[in-house]
This record gives sequence, C-alpha cells and structure tokens, in this order.
Amino acid sequence: MAYSDKVVDHYTNPRNIGTLDKSSKTVGTGLVGAPECGDVMRLQIQVNDVTGMIEDAKFKTFGCGSAIASSSLATEWLKGKTIDQALEIDNMDIVEELALPPVKIHCSVLAEDAIRSAINDYRIKQGLEPLVAEKSHH
Amino acid sequence: MKLPIYLDNNATTQLDHRVFEVMTPFFLENYGNAASKSHAFGWKAEEAVDYAREQIATLIGANEKEIIFTSGATESNNLAIKGVYEMYAAKGNHFITVSTEHKAVLDACKHLEKLGAEITYLQVGGDGLIKVEQIEEAIKSNTVLVSVMYGNNELGVIQPIREIGKLCNSKGVLFHTDATQTVGKIHVDVLADNIDLMSFTAHKMYGPKGVGALYVRRKNPRVKVTAQMDGGGHERGMRSGTLNVTGIVGFGKACELARLEMESEAKRLSQLRDKLENALLKLEESYVNGSSEHRLPHTTNISFKYVEGEGLMMGIKDIAVSSGSACTSASLEPSYVLKNLGLDDELAHSSLRFGLGRFTTEEEIDYTIDCVTEAVNKLRDMSPLWEMFKEGIDLKSVQWSEH
Repeated sequence: MAYSDKVVDHYTNPRNIGTLDKSSKTVGTGLVGAPECGDVMRLQIQVNDVTGMIEDAKFKTFGCGSAIASSSLATEWLKGKTIDQALEIDNMDIVEELALPPVKIHCSVLAEDAIRSAINDYRIKQGLEPLVAEKSHH
Repeated sequence: MKLPIYLDNNATTQLDHRVFEVMTPFFLENYGNAASKSHAFGWKAEEAVDYAREQIATLIGANEKEIIFTSGATESNNLAIKGVYEMYAAKGNHFITVSTEHKAVLDACKHLEKLGAEITYLQVGGDGLIKVEQIEEAIKSNTVLVSVMYGNNELGVIQPIREIGKLCNSKGVLFHTDATQTVGKIHVDVLADNIDLMSFTAHKMYGPKGVGALYVRRKNPRVKVTAQMDGGGHERGMRSGTLNVTGIVGFGKACELARLEMESEAKRLSQLRDKLENALLKLEESYVNGSSEHRLPHTTNISFKYVEGEGLMMGIKDIAVSSGSACTSASLEPSYVLKNLGLDDELAHSSLRFGLGRFTTEEEIDYTIDCVTEAVNKLRDMSPLWEMFKEGIDLKSVQWSEH
C-alpha cells in the first residue's frame, strides 16, 4: 500500500515531537491506544489558563506511519486553538487531510481520542468536570 | 549498489538468469503439449519435462516417478492433506499438525474438520520448535497423517524432521512436510528423513512462479493421494491438467543450480545473516525470534521493542522486508506464528523478517545495518513507550485504553 505524500511528509518531518511537563497544572496529557494493538499515542497540550488558548502541543507515537502522521497533524492543528475549537476537530478531517485509506481510519480515531483525553486531563487539573459522553466516531 | 534492496527472499526470489535462459525456447519454439504422444512437438516437451523431473528428484534424493507437478506449494499442501484424507478414509480420520504451519496447511486442515476429520494442532515451544515426544503422545490408533513444516517461513526455524520421520515410520503413520522454504537452501533427503509426502516450489529457489511439486513416496510404503483436480489423468492420476512445460524446465534448472551451489551458498548466507543479526542486536532491547541454533541459513526475525514494525518499514523504504505487525489488516492481529511462540503482541508488532538470498551482497547488508539502526533510533525518539521504558515504568502496570 502506498502512503500519501502528506503522510510521508509528516512521517519524515514530524512536527512537535516531544514531552511537556505532565505534572504542570496547565498541561493536559492524553495517552491512548495499547502496545498490544500496535498503536500508542501520547498527546500533550500547554494551555494558557487566562485566555484558554492552546499555546503548545507535543506528541510521541508508537505506531505505523499513518498513526505518526495523524498525531503530528493533530499537534499542528491544536496550536493556537481554544479548547472549544480543539474539541471540534473530527477524525474525518484528519482522514481527509492525510488521504488515509479505510484500513487506517483507526489512526485518525486514535488521534481524536488523544485530543479529547488531553483536554479532559487539563479540565480535571483545573477543577472542571471532565467531558461527558464521547461523541460517536464516523 | 542498486536501491531498493531486496531482503524478502522468503516471500519469493529473483529468477536466476541461467534459469531464464533454459526456459525461453519453451515459450516460443518448443510449445508442444507434453501429453501429445503422436508428434515431435509433444515428444520434445515430454523429454524436457522428464529431464526436469530428474533434476528435481536428484536434489531431494527421490526417484523421478515420485515427483507430481502442481501449480505451487499451496496446491501441493492441499493435495497432500486432502488427498490423504480421501485416500485413507478407511484407515482413520485423525491428523496431527502444528500451530505455526503455513495457512495452506492449517486452512486445508480446517476444511477437513468440517468434513469430519479430527485434527490435533500441537503448540511449539518458545523457540518455535516442536518436540518429537509431543507428536508421539498425540498419535492414536486412527491417526493417518502427521504434517510438520520443515523450515518455518517467518522464523526460519527447522523442525526435527528426521526424528519425526523416523517416529511416523515406526508407527505406520504417513508423514508430510511443507518444505517450501527449505528445499534448495539446505540438504534435504526424503529417504534419510523418512518423508512420505513433501511440498516445495520453484519460486523460492530462483525459479519461476506458478510451478511446484509434491513428492509422493512409491516404496516402503507406497503412498497414494486422491486427486483434487480431475481431468486427463496426468501425473499418475494424482493431478490432472496440461503440464506447465516452460515452468517445469525452469524448476528443473533451479534445482540443479541449487544442488551444485547450495553448500557454499548456505555458508555465505549464514555469514552475512550473522553479520546483520549481530549488528542489529547491538541495539538495546532487540531480540531474535525463534531458535538461533536450528534454522535456515538465510533468515532472521528480530523484534525491536517499543518500535512498531510497519512504522519501521516505512523508515527503511529502500529495503524490502516483511513485518510480523499487521497494522493494515482489519483485525489488527499480529503474526500468529510469533504469537504462538508466546511472544507478547507488542513484541510481535515490533518484528522484522530479513530473508537473504543468492543475489544479496555484503554491501547491501552493510547498508541495511546502518539504515535499520538509524530508523530504530529515530522511531524510539518519538515512541512514548521507549520514553516510559527509559523512565523505568513497567508498561504492564499501565492501564491502557480500549482500542
């Protein structure tokens, strides 16, 4: 199976690899997937607690090229967004942007899960209610 | 050095030029049907087939009458298993095989289960090997066939075929081996190994695709299989269909070359393989899967912990290998062979299989070592699991989300 140019680009030049201080109150960390499934994503956001703006985003991913590209793209999109805007990122947007084939849609789902999970972690740290029901995936 | 580099010789091999040369006249000039007995076109084809049959038989220590041509090893496996089931129905319905066999064997057995066969699937040890005692314990009064592959396609491990053959012979049970990866790579002798039926194919030994053989013993005991392809009664009635003369001529030549070059080639390949393996094992947390002692000279299967196999293959795009990871399959299930060794799914996802071949050079191996090392290090730098491992976190203690 051939990868799209955009997947290859994100794989070769991944954006925002790294680690933020997960103990910080303004950092939200999402760790999703499982090693035995062959995909683990860790996505972190640094939120400005005054403006509610995501000022930085970092990821590390264990997985195939599409999983790496999905998380790399997610960090790119997250930066500069508010939490509410970030919650609007849909896995199908990632599928479309990276031209993921059907067998790789789960990579985009995982990236969306990682975003929600990171936001939840941030909300809990801020003393807010965690998000309720997961919205359904496409 | 030309890129990309082919290190997937367990999947298929490049056709040897010397094989191609003997095949060419049979595409255009000598196009006769080997079954045409009334004219020179047919005689010429038949003569070429007979010669190839001899070349093939010689490689495995068989008589040329014991070679049944098929379309490949999948067909040979099907013919052996289903053909024995039908032919020996009066004797019993119990078959013994191993959980790490090729799908052509496992799925043929599953098919027979639906028809009323009783199949025992033996589990291998952590080294990928089966013990003769396991087979001895599994043999019952109604056991008809034991089918154990010679060298495993994913790991390269070699089963104790000679001991199994001896056991089956003493118990009066037929013994089939899928020797697809083995014939032409190491010395195989059907008499010394007490093999009754053996599947093998041309394209794994620098011959053409689409032609294989089933060795069917004629003496002590005389073995017969019920044809699975009915028609003109070719191949002593066991496999009908016009012979693929061109392919068979190539198969014969491939066997002859293998016989002449096998010994020095096995030595050269095992040295190259060991060089590759030793260099890659210098990477932290990398492991060889399966026995290092009993295995084919050209294969190694290595897991690089905390790196996902498919992602890794993308990082070494100029090197053609295969992975135990099955990220592309809908089930997300990694290799059943690796899982059968008792490997964690995670390690199975992290594996690469390197299959060296006749045309592999030392320069290519050196390039591969550098390339894989670099890619593993790069991917570990972006692996959350590697970071956790380095922080001393036991990954088994982590509550992973459902996926």
